[in-house]
Amino acid sequence: MSEFKKILKNNFWFENPVFVQILGICSTLAVTNNLRNTLIMTIGVTLVTALSNLTISAMRNLIPRKVRMITQVLVISFYVIMFDIVLRAYVPDVSKALGPYVGLIITNCIIMGRAEAFAQGNKPLISFWDGFTAGLGYMFVLVVVAFFRELMGFGTILGFQVLPNSFPKWTIMVMPPSAFFVLASFIWIVRGIQIKKDVSQSSGGENK
Amino acid sequence: MMYPNINPLVLFFASIFTSNILLTNFLGMCSFISISKDLKSSNGLGIAVTLVMTITTALNWILEKYVITPLDIGYLRYIIYIIVIAAIVQVLEMIIDRVSPNLYMVLGIFLPLITVNCAILGVALFMQLRNYSFIQSVFFGLGSGIGWWLAIVLLAAIRKKTENAPVPAPLKGVGVTLITIGIMAMAFIGFAGMINVR
Repeated sequence: MSEFKKILKNNFWFENPVFVQILGICSTLAVTNNLRNTLIMTIGVTLVTALSNLTISAMRNLIPRKVRMITQVLVISFYVIMFDIVLRAYVPDVSKALGPYVGLIITNCIIMGRAEAFAQGNKPLISFWDGFTAGLGYMFVLVVVAFFRELMGFGTILGFQVLPNSFPKWTIMVMPPSAFFVLASFIWIVRGIQIKKDVSQSSGGENK
Repeated sequence: MMYPNINPLVLFFASIFTSNILLTNFLGMCSFISISKDLKSSNGLGIAVTLVMTITTALNWILEKYVITPLDIGYLRYIIYIIVIAAIVQVLEMIIDRVSPNLYMVLGIFLPLITVNCAILGVALFMQLRNYSFIQSVFFGLGSGIGWWLAIVLLAAIRKKTENAPVPAPLKGVGVTLITIGIMAMAFIGFAGMINVR
């Protein structure tokens, strides 16, 4: 049980793939000027990561090493296509707004990374959990970015007017460069907290 | 089927400057950030991406027109595109290895990275979504590749210069790189008035 907890903590905070290496932001960063689209995209990424981890882990002993990568890509594409079809059927307007970005989940580095680094050598259930938590960590970061971009760019949250009309809307927040700035500031804050914790922990250790 | 009425040359320059695949669509970020530490590797990767992007866009256009549309198997599109990309990368690796070992030394290690580069798949999907003609698609692929190449070489050069700059500790590494990319993206917005597409 504690192992599950450890994976959750690592994937969510200590080794969150976005903070540590900026992995996997390609497919979602472009839609972060709208909170609803971001939520749906990240839910998709989470589901695809979890399910493809489960599948790849379940057949890890059947895949020859040489065709490993292409098998992983095929499994991932299968789930992405399912997700795309579901979106098209139930929320066609969102599917249209997301355009090619749903398909780009296939090349999201986090999914390949988790499959390669974890699912390849672990049991199915725990691999599922690993993929799921990695997706949650990813969702957390991008939802925060989207929250601020939508709030400052349009004055709305999930489409509801929050800020009064007198608030000057920041056009830059709607445009691409702001995604980099907001994400960088967020990483700055998180890293700051992590570094402070590291320092206090190590000095505490010395005192003992 | 109607193709959009855009001069391919205009499309070519637009995809380098005004709608740079990396700076406006955020595609290909993973390898962009990790490789741009080194100028020489950035250059190699840029060339490889341009090459693969042009070829796969052309090939995917042909498949889209003569296989996917007539058979009405749009739901298999993602899988077909990604297999084409993986196959092209594999074939290219073998050809370059045979023909020019020198070039292979430069590009060899980057080719496998390209299969999972979102920019390649992204360009193919945009090409399909915007319904470009064959010539337009080739120019779009080539332009996007060169745009990506330009961006990564520029960033690598900037990172080399600012390597020793005093940066707050939590911002070191990825943080300051992201801000640099943001400023680059803003600079590229300046081109927007020059060419108008869409």
